[in-house]
Amino acid sequence: MPDEPLVLGIETSCDETGVGIVRGHTLLADALASSVDQHARFGGVVPEVASRAHLEAMVPTMQRALDDAGVTLADIDAIAVTAGPGLAGALLVGVAAAKGYALAADKPIYGVNHLAAHVAVDTLEHGPLPEPAIAMLVSGGHSSLLLVDDLTAGVTPLGATIDDAAGEAFDKVARLLGMGFPGGPVIDRTARDGNPAAIAFPRGLTSPKDQLKHRFDFSFSGLKTAVARWVEARERNGEPVPVADVAASFQDAVCDVLTSKALDACREHGVETLIIGGGVAANSRLRVLAEERAAKLGIRVRVPRPGLCTDNGAMVAALGSHLVAAGIAPSRLDLPADSAMSLTSVTVAG
Amino acid sequence: MLVLALDTSTPAVTAALGEVTDSGMKGIAERRTVDPRAHGERLAPQIQLVLDDAGVRPRELAAIVAGVGPGPFTGLRVGLATAAAMGQALGIPAYGICSLDALGRAAGPGRVLVATDARRREVYFATYADGVRLTGPDVAKPADVLVAADRAVGEGALKYSEIFGLPIDDRLLHPSGEALIALAADQVRSRAPGDPLTPLYLRRPDAVEPTARKAALP
Ligand SMILES: [Zn+2]
Repeated sequence: MPDEPLVLGIETSCDETGVGIVRGHTLLADALASSVDQHARFGGVVPEVASRAHLEAMVPTMQRALDDAGVTLADIDAIAVTAGPGLAGALLVGVAAAKGYALAADKPIYGVNHLAAHVAVDTLEHGPLPEPAIAMLVSGGHSSLLLVDDLTAGVTPLGATIDDAAGEAFDKVARLLGMGFPGGPVIDRTARDGNPAAIAFPRGLTSPKDQLKHRFDFSFSGLKTAVARWVEARERNGEPVPVADVAASFQDAVCDVLTSKALDACREHGVETLIIGGGVAANSRLRVLAEERAAKLGIRVRVPRPGLCTDNGAMVAALGSHLVAAGIAPSRLDLPADSAMSLTSVTVAG
Repeated sequence: MLVLALDTSTPAVTAALGEVTDSGMKGIAERRTVDPRAHGERLAPQIQLVLDDAGVRPRELAAIVAGVGPGPFTGLRVGLATAAAMGQALGIPAYGICSLDALGRAAGPGRVLVATDARRREVYFATYADGVRLTGPDVAKPADVLVAADRAVGEGALKYSEIFGLPIDDRLLHPSGEALIALAADQVRSRAPGDPLTPLYLRRPDAVEPTARKAALP
């Protein structure tokens, strides 16, 4: 459909510099530069290192996206950029660049919410969003359960982590098992050779008492400590650590809590679709467990392919396209980057 | 040739428009707002205003000049990201000029210390003779800046004037866009290829590698 909006999206909220281009729901380009290797020796993302990398990567990543899509900036109908939440200095690079592109090419600019973009990206693979839906966003930076009634108007937060993000727990456990950073993919791989029932690790915030106050919240800090203690006790006794079993049992504890709380939210709100996004959505065990459990409840699970689950420009473009199609007004050129941007706003209002 | 200049290396957000001719340059419009925490919000509307003041459309620009610092990183990157994006979108070169040089040039004849605020009780500084840089740029505590100069300019020189003990021209506190354009005029005239706009960081990122893991058991 040539008359669908051609929208460009810029993402720089963490360690990925992303530029995506979509026409309607069709993905035309998804160029990405990552600074993940520069953070590895620090065991986590270093904000200043990420900001420096974004500035270096912005122009070449933009060029790659335009070349891949076979379009020029003059052809673009609107520019969307992640305004928050995220690392303040990193966000600012993307927002400043987006303003430069918008100003020079005379295009409308949309400052958008990163978490809403994680939900919107699924439209590129599975078509229009069924609303209402429950969205679970799990990554190194976020662990949120959201009720999505109308993505153009905002989403309703139902719960979030009260300590570590889910992906952070993967990173920390991978580190204590000596596996490197980031932890998600390496734990997923290692867990395939392990027994998920080998060790009974705790499931955070699932006791009857917690259900009253924290029904849709997560906690992974206690789990991480439990894994550390278990491993250390083994080492002190001079026994070998069954790394694959530890990885599989840890992963199962995380995925068990995530899927049961997400599906509980679907039931509570009478919602038939669960969308999972964020880097942890790439976890193979999470996908299988969510599918299995949802099928029994007649709930449909939508998970974008792994490359679209992690941070990228395509998700920002997808949300921008959704907003343009809905006739939402663009933001102004003085739009701020907002590292703590609330989930209830999808755009920085014009 | 119309040239846009930007500088965000100090608490000031500066946007300026100038015209470079075969024999010289003239300033057309310049706007400045001093607000250390709002570079991200202020810069783009200010560019828009400067262009509107002069009735110039972005596509009429021949080049962009940006102050590459040194300066506090977060604000500095706002100017460079914007300048690089505009250059790319318009298909015109973007040139990077040391921001202190703009102050050094504007300061005119004699031996001059240029110092801007580097936060953490330090200054970014360089020295100039008749507008030409002799030493720096560098970063240090004001008391450790040992240079031969007759006077000083820049907001860092003003802030630590008691330590420097030099006469200060307090009309020259922030880099001007007109001086940035003048410094890049030869590149503009010769249509030299643009620079990758890399900040003069002068400091490494604060980051510590993790130490051995802490015991989880008592
Ligand atoms: Zn994310």
